Amino acid sequence: MKFINDILKIITEYGSSYLTGAGNTLLLALIGTVIGCIIGFAVGTVQATPLPEKGGKRVLMRIVRGILRGYVEIFRGTPMIVQAVFIHYGMFYMGLKPAIWFSGILVVSINTGAYMAETVRGGIMSIDQGQFEGAKAIGMTHNQTMINVILPQALRNIIPQIGNNFIINVKDTAVMSIIAFMDLFSIHKSVVGSNYLYFPSAVLTMAIYLTMTLVSSVLLRWWEDKMAGDANYDIVNTKDTLAQTSGLYRAKKKEAKR
Amino acid sequence: MSHSVLEVKNLSKTFGTHLVLQDVSLTVNPGDVTSIIGSSGSGKSTFLRCINLLETPTSGQIIFHGDEVTAPGFDAPSYRAKVGMVFQSFNLFNNMTVLDNCLVGQTKVLKKDKKDAQDMAMMYLERVGMAPYINARPSQLSGGQKQRVAIARALAMEPEILLFDEPTSALDPEMVGEVLDVMHDLAGSGMTMLVVTHEMAFARDVSNHVVFLSDGLVCEEGSAEEIFGNPQQERTREFLARYMAR
Ligand SMILES: Nc1ncnc2c1ncn2[C@@H]1O[C@H](COP(=O)(O)OP(=O)(O)OP(=O)(O)O)[C@@H](O)[C@H]1O
Ligand SMILES: [Mg+2]
Repeated sequence: MKFINDILKIITEYGSSYLTGAGNTLLLALIGTVIGCIIGFAVGTVQATPLPEKGGKRVLMRIVRGILRGYVEIFRGTPMIVQAVFIHYGMFYMGLKPAIWFSGILVVSINTGAYMAETVRGGIMSIDQGQFEGAKAIGMTHNQTMINVILPQALRNIIPQIGNNFIINVKDTAVMSIIAFMDLFSIHKSVVGSNYLYFPSAVLTMAIYLTMTLVSSVLLRWWEDKMAGDANYDIVNTKDTLAQTSGLYRAKKKEAKR
Repeated sequence: MSHSVLEVKNLSKTFGTHLVLQDVSLTVNPGDVTSIIGSSGSGKSTFLRCINLLETPTSGQIIFHGDEVTAPGFDAPSYRAKVGMVFQSFNLFNNMTVLDNCLVGQTKVLKKDKKDAQDMAMMYLERVGMAPYINARPSQLSGGQKQRVAIARALAMEPEILLFDEPTSALDPEMVGEVLDVMHDLAGSGMTMLVVTHEMAFARDVSNHVVFLSDGLVCEEGSAEEIFGNPQQERTREFLARYMAR
């Protein structure tokens, strides 16, 4: 009974704070995932581009790739909580005064970008070589091929991983309380700091996180299905009778051409 | 001869130390239907792929309307736009409908406006009998249908020559006919075609020039009558005997 009362007490006193915190968590996760995906697509695409045969361009590409590789390794290889203090206080140290939202979005985006870069690279590499050749054969340049043919297919293939990253971000942005970002977990910490109701607040916080991730899962499934396209297509009626009879073309005898 | 569409001179290609093509020469005049035959691994696909620069030739020259394709700094994409290619495995864009497959090259590469591109696409889709399927995706089509769309996609670019790499080899037997019929029709309309095929009847009845490749060398070439009616080389005879016996 006491437990129910405590929960109700927290909800009536701090309910709107929890909701604000949950809102901030979702917004940070969403923006960070979107920007992270953009970074990931840019980096992953460069990483999956074949090196030019020779010359200065090849050297340049090698250098760019090396730098991007370093970025991926550093941000995949360190905890986000450490990246947060590194970047946020790093900027202060250099005399900048970043808003907390700015630092928060920056950290989550860069971190997500590092993971997405590898996902996108894998997504591109999994596309059948024939798709590249089909595009090349009608005269598309490498960039046209990527934009019109390869990346749309890669995107469709990696939607599950994008969703996965978003859900991870909903949970892992909890570490942003380290730079005083007002996410859901920060609210929990500040509430228990004043009323010591650790367990009831933890239950409430858990419940809110779980609700957010479950709803996200459902929405992501829906998006995935939508991107898969129609299962059916309409036969279009044409006036042209050739269309119906084409299978019956009879071979015309070859003419002497030489 | 100076009005040839395509002239290949002494083309060689090695993969590592493996010499796959050796001094292959070929002239294609406007309206020619040239068939390239030969056993598996003889270098037929490699030859076609060198022609539209999907592979870089190791040595030799490819001359397209007097321009040297193999010269350094040659604009490969705009050359490829004029040389159509139909693949054994279709290679239709899986993320697009049938219609978009036939539009994208026209709008992005040739920079045509949407309306003209659409008219052109519809014209060729009707010609190959695929107009009713413009809203379908490649995964929803049969192999024969896919290949006919692939042919329409290539034709919509209005190429000066069309390369076919075993266009019917990946098809179920009952679908081979519909694709060969379309190719027959194209040949009759004066399209310049270079066809790698195992369909000997097609090579015999449709082409006016036949090249028999063996181990990366042109073993014998001539008119269809000459190659099929009176082959001069022992290897050609053996090859044809094996095929005709099937
Ligand atoms: N990318 C490559 N790297 C190395 N070797 C290759 C490559 N492509 C082709 N080859 C080799 O070149 C030779 C000729 O291959 P190619 O595909 O041109 O033969 P083909 O005449 O088209 O045969 P098929 O009738 O089976 O299609 C083969 O021995 C093949 O193993
Ligand atoms: Mg082949």
